[in-house]
Amino acid sequence: MANNITLLEAVNQALDYEMAEDQDVIVLGEDVGLNGGVFRATDGLQKKHGADRVIDTPLAESLIAGMSIGMATQGLKPVAEIQFMGFIFAACDQFICHAARMRNRTRGRLSCPMVLRAPYGGGIHAPEHHSESTEAIFAHIPGIRVVIPSSPGRAYGLLLAAIRDPDPVLFLEPKRIYRLQTETVTNNGEALPLDTIFTLREGDDVTLISWGAMLYETQKAAEVLAEKNIFCEVLDLATIKPIDTKTLLNSVEKTGRCVIVQEAAKTCSVSSEIAAILAEKALTSLLAPVMRVTGYDTIMPLFTLEHHYMPSVERIVATVLDVMEF
Amino acid sequence: MITGKAVKNFSINFSQRLNEHAELLGHEKALQRAGLDTDKILALYQTMVLTRTFDSKAIALQRTGRLGTYASCLGQEAIGTAIGHMLEASDVFVQAYRETAALLKRGVKMQEILLYWGGDERGSDYQACPQDLPPAVPIASQCLHAVGIAYAMQLEAKRTGQEQRVCLVVCGDGATSKGDFYEALNAAALWQLPLVFVICNNQWAISLPRSLQSHSQTLAQKAIAADIPAIQIDGNDVLGCYETVQLAIKQARGGHGPQLIEAITYRLSDHTTADDAKRYRTEEELQQAWEKEPIKRLSQYLLDSQRASQSVLDNIQNQCTQDVEAAVDIYLATEPQPCSSMFEFLYQDCPVHLQEQLASLKGENHGQ
Ligand SMILES: Cc1ncc(C[n+]2csc(CCOP(=O)(O)OP(=O)(O)O)c2C)c(N)n1
Ligand SMILES: [Mg+2]
Repeated sequence: MANNITLLEAVNQALDYEMAEDQDVIVLGEDVGLNGGVFRATDGLQKKHGADRVIDTPLAESLIAGMSIGMATQGLKPVAEIQFMGFIFAACDQFICHAARMRNRTRGRLSCPMVLRAPYGGGIHAPEHHSESTEAIFAHIPGIRVVIPSSPGRAYGLLLAAIRDPDPVLFLEPKRIYRLQTETVTNNGEALPLDTIFTLREGDDVTLISWGAMLYETQKAAEVLAEKNIFCEVLDLATIKPIDTKTLLNSVEKTGRCVIVQEAAKTCSVSSEIAAILAEKALTSLLAPVMRVTGYDTIMPLFTLEHHYMPSVERIVATVLDVMEF
Repeated sequence: MITGKAVKNFSINFSQRLNEHAELLGHEKALQRAGLDTDKILALYQTMVLTRTFDSKAIALQRTGRLGTYASCLGQEAIGTAIGHMLEASDVFVQAYRETAALLKRGVKMQEILLYWGGDERGSDYQACPQDLPPAVPIASQCLHAVGIAYAMQLEAKRTGQEQRVCLVVCGDGATSKGDFYEALNAAALWQLPLVFVICNNQWAISLPRSLQSHSQTLAQKAIAADIPAIQIDGNDVLGCYETVQLAIKQARGGHGPQLIEAITYRLSDHTTADDAKRYRTEEELQQAWEKEPIKRLSQYLLDSQRASQSVLDNIQNQCTQDVEAAVDIYLATEPQPCSSMFEFLYQDCPVHLQEQLASLKGENHGQ
């Protein structure tokens, strides 16, 4: 069955597929049941799979993460939703201090196959605390995986992989592109690998690497640059932790240049890690400094200013031109 | 003026079977009804003595540099013993970190407990109770794991029609000030989960006395907000603990939802071996607490009631000492884990970047 669907619908389709396939998969979170989630990511799931398996939890983020851990130790596969990433911090004690550590601290006796889903990122004129991109905080933590899809097809395949993964996965959904594009996705239960960079466009001059919603601007920039005869290779990082270093290095060895594009603030970010990997492992291939186009190290502004914060196509193009001229 | 009318009334009862003077309250028949015959009472006594013997040995090991920081359970043996004796093997026990008595009865080996406090993760790889959780160091966090476990058990019973398994979670008096504790009570009651909460109120949270932890007259009453049946008991009275835990588990197993027990006990030791309680509590308070400790109380009852002679009690002590020594020998003879083990259990399959770092640890490459 192939459908033309949005990223949001792809999330729903993956959840539905896996719930039908595996009765141990449990969806829980605030307003995920009858209401189908505030973005409708879990629309229709409770009706189809029952209130025991699609649980409207009380308004308590630590509960959502903490009870998922307990369920996981009993063999269930909880897929928990944090309504917005801005509210994930109350769940961090549970996710970081327990979920990430359960396998290690019991020498494999217990494990924590859970997924924590959260919409994240700016650009939709949302209220305070609804627009941040704090993926780097989690990428720092040993024992978890961090995954961010950037298209309906990858949302479908990566979410299936995240649910089936035997360890805790943070699955961040770029809400700015929830409904931006549609794509034909075959609902065949096929997962994508969780350790792979996806090459979205091939090119010889410069590697552009990004993830989530920023790939939209990044790909636009690549089109603009192609008209100027600068050919970008566009990579979707997809799995933020662990990083597919091999594909990254192969690309940069070919192009000799790399520009990293991210929505998150600059300091100690995922872009910092990618730049460090290239400094350690690709120095002799580099023809120009690795450059970053990122959000600023400011508090995410309220929405009247947020478009100044978000990396634009123009900033990406300008940075690539600098790199090409170096 | 509009006069208020009570829409719901609350009260908290205190219960006790063997008081601090080792006098049995109520009727002997109540003991029989609870299954507390002489053999059972001696079994409870044995668990408490084993726990205390182990505990003092662990402190000796720490003082002589053969164990890391250790959290003693001195004086708190009774409630843990009751829990350990009442749970079925298929139930799940969720500890804080001071529940040695319960762990021993669950079948956790003494050498495993020593390994944990001796800085070796293998100590949490319990062989006998593979579903029980390891110690929870972030205070109160375990209460939420227990909610998830009990949810899974409830779902399982619904699906399979098998007898309801239950989960029992322990937390301290300090833990009852945390959000996780309240979130757990609220959710457990909402879903009427097969879950028993036991607050081990040992009067102290490191240096903070019970009086500065909460204005609530009892900690049990915190359950009232969630509409969970709650009771306060003498946590140093192992017979009363046994009866109360038995009833609470029965209720939870029978589909009557979560239950809460506040067990009043006393931490006779420092908070841990890294703490010096003389800085914040008086010698007088400590001496008074020693008067109420659980083992002396039960041994006096056993002797007074002529259920056991001194030589029977001495034999139990001797056997416990031998068992502890044997476990310590195993612990001390345990080879350390290979250093690669810190990489092995992070993920089911070791990602590439970790394989590189492992090679670096082994000296096979540099600084990668
Ligand atoms: C969240 C958290 N805060 C602080 C600590 C440090 N700490 C360890 S034990 C403890 C006191 C706990 O008191 P209580 O819950 O009464 O348990 P007890 O140690 O008395 O058994 C504190 C503050 C911790 N482990 N976790
Ligand atoms: Mg305490």
